[in-house]
Amino acid sequence: MSATHAPSSTARRSPLAWLQWNLPKLVVAPSFALTLFFVYGFVIWTGYMSLSKSRMLPNYEWAGLEQYSKLWRMTPWHVAIENLLIFGGLFIVIAIVLGCLMAILLDQKIRAEGVLRTIYLYPMAISFIVTGTAWKWILNPSLGLQKLIQDLGWTSFEFNWLVDRDMAVYTLVIAAVWQGTGFVMALFLAALRGVDQEIIKAAYLDGASTWKIYTGIILPSIRPVFLSATVILAHMAVKSFDLVVALTGGGPGYHSTLPANFMYEMTFRRNQIGIGAASAMMMLATVMAIMIPYLYSELREKKRD
Amino acid sequence: MTDSFRIPGRRTRGQQIARIGLYAMLAVFCVYFLTPLYVVLATSLKDLEEIRQGTLLSLPKDLNLEAWRFAWSEANIGVEATGLKPYFMNSLKIVLPGVALSTLLGALTGFALTKFRFTGANLIFALMLFGCFLPFQVVILPMARTLGILGLTNSIPGLVLVHTVYGLAFTTLFFRNYYMSIPDELVKAATIDGAGFFTIFWRIILPLSTPIVVVTVIWQFTQIYNDFLFGASFTTGGAQPVTVALNNLVNTTTGVKRYNVDMAAALMAALPTLVVYVIAGRYFVRGLTAGSVKG
Repeated sequence: MSATHAPSSTARRSPLAWLQWNLPKLVVAPSFALTLFFVYGFVIWTGYMSLSKSRMLPNYEWAGLEQYSKLWRMTPWHVAIENLLIFGGLFIVIAIVLGCLMAILLDQKIRAEGVLRTIYLYPMAISFIVTGTAWKWILNPSLGLQKLIQDLGWTSFEFNWLVDRDMAVYTLVIAAVWQGTGFVMALFLAALRGVDQEIIKAAYLDGASTWKIYTGIILPSIRPVFLSATVILAHMAVKSFDLVVALTGGGPGYHSTLPANFMYEMTFRRNQIGIGAASAMMMLATVMAIMIPYLYSELREKKRD
Repeated sequence: MTDSFRIPGRRTRGQQIARIGLYAMLAVFCVYFLTPLYVVLATSLKDLEEIRQGTLLSLPKDLNLEAWRFAWSEANIGVEATGLKPYFMNSLKIVLPGVALSTLLGALTGFALTKFRFTGANLIFALMLFGCFLPFQVVILPMARTLGILGLTNSIPGLVLVHTVYGLAFTTLFFRNYYMSIPDELVKAATIDGAGFFTIFWRIILPLSTPIVVVTVIWQFTQIYNDFLFGASFTTGGAQPVTVALNNLVNTTTGVKRYNVDMAAALMAALPTLVVYVIAGRYFVRGLTAGSVKG
């Protein structure tokens, strides 16, 4: 396979030949070294910090699981985890249902499909800070949506989720769904285009209804996309940080924080490096718990093909 | 799709109604995705009086660009009244080298990993891929210290380094997958002709790589430009990228809240990636699906 299978005698003969022979490895070396240091080295360092007595400054004295037990005794952390479950769950379900629906609608030989696709997907190109800023304005109780509906005549209409400690986390769902649904649509549309047309044609000639064809044949055959979409969106949800900063600032109080914001707050504002590191390791563990089984099943699938 | 099996132009009444319903639903989705853009644009063109009098959806009276001018060059970001302009320049100074370096390194690494499969090449790739799903919270603290040791805290070269390092996993993935589809014989033949590694890369591989270079550049451009976490963690004051500056502008609590300026600033900050998306949307989508399906 290797294209540089030069006779090994030449490799031994001159330094230049040695260089030629090893050049590919030397080219890979910097990238690999950067990864080892900045990814693996840093993960180990943060992992060690989470097991140390660190507070304001790194302290290398061993503390065992002390930081983790402190972390799990903190109410804000529990709120952040609860918020992640609410936010992640709703975001994933709504984005997949809407995205799948949009893909099916778009797949009906629609005129101007390209334009529609562009419109559905453009939010994905924008930064979460911009999305958060826009929705913060739309959802603000004094001049936003609430006033709009009230001015239309429904004077008792109330919509103040942004300042309601129990509802603020749902505004995150609204904005994230707006931003991410187009992307789910793109995934599903690509999958729909890959479905075997012959089977569908046969089912249609057998007199099956469009509904039956979708629920009985097409959707089951693109099952893997549901899984990929879920995994990708879950991954996005765990990493969510900017949207919270821009839309709710984690407030009111800390009632709409997510784990990523909690970590940032602990590390940079409260000078609790140990707890910050412990929460970061919990985030890493969550992402791994989602990704590893998924990648494993993907690889097995590929081998079987 | 099922519709295509029917004879065109001969729809029953029921089918016609279904067709109208279909377009109506598509239109509803359009309204859903476009309304926020309209609201932001309309608000940015109003003055504060108009904003208080009207509603979100009311049309601006005239094309009043005052808020845009103010957001660009006069608005308070933190303590200084500089507008977004200098932060825009920061973002460009971070994005351009960041994209170039991570793309070049990814291309070279992807090429070496696929066309010269030395022992351990697959393991190295698997280990590098891990970077695609790393929650960056795990690396922020050690990164802050490393930047401090290197003397790059609160600097643009510091952010270039950060983005290059954490973009590598994706760029290597993109190029590696693409080069897998280029026949090995091409490289083998050139090697027999006596061409070296870089000659082959430069003369044969790179000219074949245009599509994947475009995908990678767009992907990295949007990722780096839209970054907030690294910018907020490693910079303060004058070295901040535009996303951080926008957030500071919008969330400063002093003085009168100028919603029109906030909205103008938000649109301004969104413009570069939006333009790229509109021009090269096809490649953008390809990167998005390739990048996320795998990572």
